[in-house]
Amino acid sequence: MLFTSYSFIGFIAVVFLLYYLFPRKCQWPFLLAASYTFYFIASPSYLLFIGATTVSTYMTGRRLDALKETQDAYIKANKGSLSREEKKAYKASMKAKQWKWLLGCLLFNLGILAVLKYTNFVIANFNGLLQMFGSGGQISFVDLVLPMGISFYTFQTMGYIIDVYRGTCRAEKNLFRLALFVSFFPQLVQGPISRYSDLAKSLYERHDFDTRTVAYGLYRILWGYFKKAMIADRILTAVNAIIQNPDTYQGGFVFVGMMFYAFELYADFTGGIDITIGIAETMGITVAENFRRPYLSKNIKEYWNRWHITMGTWFTDYIFYPISVCKPMLNVSKASRAKFGDFIGKRVPVYLSSFAVWFTTGIWHGASWNFIVWGLMNFVVIMISQECEPLYKKFHNRFHVKDKRWYGVFEILRTILLMSSLRMFDCYRDVPLTFRMFGNMFTHFRLSELHTEAFLELGLTGADYALLSVCLLLLFAVSLIEEKKGSVRDLIFAAPEIVRYAVFYVLVLSVIIFGAYGIGFDQSQFIYNQF
Amino acid sequence: MHKKSFVWVFKAAAFLAVLFVTLFFLQRLLMPKYMSDIVEGALTAEYYEETTGHEVLFVGDCEVYENFSPITLYEEYGISSYIRGSAQQLAWQSYYMLEDTLRYETPRVVVFNVLALKYDEPQSEAYNRMTIDGMEFSKTKLDAIKASMTDRENTLDYLFPILRYHSRWSDLSAEDLTYMFGKDKISHNGYYMRVDVRPAEGFPEPDILADYTLGSNAMGYLDKMRTLCEENGIALVLVKSPSLFPHWYDEWDEQIAAYAAQHGLDYFNYEKLASEVGIDYNTDTYDAGLHMNLTGAEKLTSYFGRYLKENYELTDHRADPEYQSVYAEKIQFYDYMEAVQRKELSEYGEIVSY
Repeated sequence: MLFTSYSFIGFIAVVFLLYYLFPRKCQWPFLLAASYTFYFIASPSYLLFIGATTVSTYMTGRRLDALKETQDAYIKANKGSLSREEKKAYKASMKAKQWKWLLGCLLFNLGILAVLKYTNFVIANFNGLLQMFGSGGQISFVDLVLPMGISFYTFQTMGYIIDVYRGTCRAEKNLFRLALFVSFFPQLVQGPISRYSDLAKSLYERHDFDTRTVAYGLYRILWGYFKKAMIADRILTAVNAIIQNPDTYQGGFVFVGMMFYAFELYADFTGGIDITIGIAETMGITVAENFRRPYLSKNIKEYWNRWHITMGTWFTDYIFYPISVCKPMLNVSKASRAKFGDFIGKRVPVYLSSFAVWFTTGIWHGASWNFIVWGLMNFVVIMISQECEPLYKKFHNRFHVKDKRWYGVFEILRTILLMSSLRMFDCYRDVPLTFRMFGNMFTHFRLSELHTEAFLELGLTGADYALLSVCLLLLFAVSLIEEKKGSVRDLIFAAPEIVRYAVFYVLVLSVIIFGAYGIGFDQSQFIYNQF
Repeated sequence: MHKKSFVWVFKAAAFLAVLFVTLFFLQRLLMPKYMSDIVEGALTAEYYEETTGHEVLFVGDCEVYENFSPITLYEEYGISSYIRGSAQQLAWQSYYMLEDTLRYETPRVVVFNVLALKYDEPQSEAYNRMTIDGMEFSKTKLDAIKASMTDRENTLDYLFPILRYHSRWSDLSAEDLTYMFGKDKISHNGYYMRVDVRPAEGFPEPDILADYTLGSNAMGYLDKMRTLCEENGIALVLVKSPSLFPHWYDEWDEQIAAYAAQHGLDYFNYEKLASEVGIDYNTDTYDAGLHMNLTGAEKLTSYFGRYLKENYELTDHRADPEYQSVYAEKIQFYDYMEAVQRKELSEYGEIVSY
């Protein structure tokens, strides 16, 4: 079920009504039933995988908690008789047991994801190697299902179980409540990757029908549909025309395609997240924000703090830090310092951990070299940027432009261009072609080719371009207001009531009339629901 | 109910009312009008403006609404008739047109043109729309939608056409405003008039088919049509209009003939009877042999009217004052359109208004 399909809209309408019609104590069980129904409609076979992941996570969580309780009870009971060393040794043995359970669970959950998502990627690479070495044999691809949102819920469960292991949250005692945390249907489509400690409270809480909460949620949903139907799905036609015909669209049009894709991806992904958060909001549930106006970032580091926030923090908390401070890494750091000096030695753990994070980020996005190279290119750019920090400082000390408005605009544009050029790996069919088209953008750039007729051949009419321009301007204006004055929704709700109704009215009509949906438009799936 | 809640419900209801009224007007604006182009799309809705009953009902595709003239039937035989046909109207759509008609009247004879039986599956959204959009809302319309939809179509788009036609916002013309709430009449009891002439030319040799059996879905609807007619005491007549293309295979013809014989129905293949009817493909067709022009349609109607008159006890309405006044207007419009088309033809070499 796509967010923009009638069936999805009908589904959420029914869920919303029943959610408030049911007795409050039945709200969360009802949501669980709705989420599993949603998944069942998508494909009954998906239930098997999400069910297995949920059960393994539940059992491990319970076991980890039990081990912790046993440990606490033992220490309490033997408070007087245990020496400090004995206590430490006991704790270490218990931690080792917990670690085994944690590792087992992570391997199981990740194993499901790995097999379903990456088996054919591995086979394709193996076949490539066989071919390279002149072997005629080839391994056949395997026909595997890829459950919707598997990357999101797998990482969500991994985060949860690591938190339980670390003791930052208690294990959920009720299997069904945990099942709801894993399967909450609005975020199954394209995230965000929620933390148990953030989501659980409002997810299981009883909610009264509150007109303000519902209205807030509806605004958010509408704004999401505005972005998705009026911008993303409209511009998609032109994006596809360019990236699927690299022999035809070269030079300046590679740049146009790159920028169009940047707009499309932003509108599509943030639109989807708006819908997710809005649906949850109408039911009184708070889902973590995933974006904070990333295209207003002044550098790549800031960009990654504003784009797909829940994924970024997940990788930082569960990959970067654990790798940075793990024993082998500390040993490597120590050895590097001894051999190469402090300058290199202190960078080694950061570089290696960052490499691991960006490699994982890349492969998480998709089983293809394009994504892996995209992740690693991010790594390279961030590291170069980090190493150039002293140079920037010198430059700013000398020229004092940091606080100038025009320089801020320059930094924003620089970041947008940099991130958009990296996103080209999403677009073209393989890595060599992406590099070729990136070079082509400069070597074949002819301004004269970017004329009106050429733009009209991309599948959009003059009216489409005009509408897109208005929508993008509006999106930009809203972003600026939110950056400077806070939530536009709050501003609307603070205005006279008639304004609130008028905005709602215009939004509904705009999406219905100007939205790119239905026959006549190639309705695209949300880009992120393949992850 | 709390006063606060009541106020909120009232405001929400008022808001929704305003929203739906706006959407209603926008829907009227955005729906295609089929007035200056592809006028066949306006045929279905015209039926509901009829004030007199009809004893003969034609159902089918372009081979009925371009080849039979109800005005000629009235003028020559006093027979009141109507054509509920539309472009590429499929067999199940003809069935539902008949079912829809029975909601308003019960004709004595139903004439079904069999060409559409060659299609066993939904074909084209555009043609579906031209046939179904004009139907008044009813269970019959819902069934017609369900039976007709192609893979990418959605029932909701038919029930709320704004969801389908919203993208026309950039193609709106003055015509959309002019005909927002009322349209010009373009047919003569469902007959689409063309007076121009384009002599028949050569057509490609018919393809050899792997299987000449007419599809079970289409034949199933023919059967349903026959049953419905039987239940309502209506005589069903099968016809195949004269046409040189698309090809009507002998194998198909034999199956229809066998079906007609099995169920005691009359079946006339006017392709084979063209010379007896007097059809001259050099003068009686406006598109090189696919469809009849006015002279061809009048010849065919005249010939077929004799059969109707001789075989069914049909009333001669020419003596009925109510019909006289209604048909006087219809005939006037018929003659007017013919005159306008002939004038345009002589002035511009083609018909530009219809």
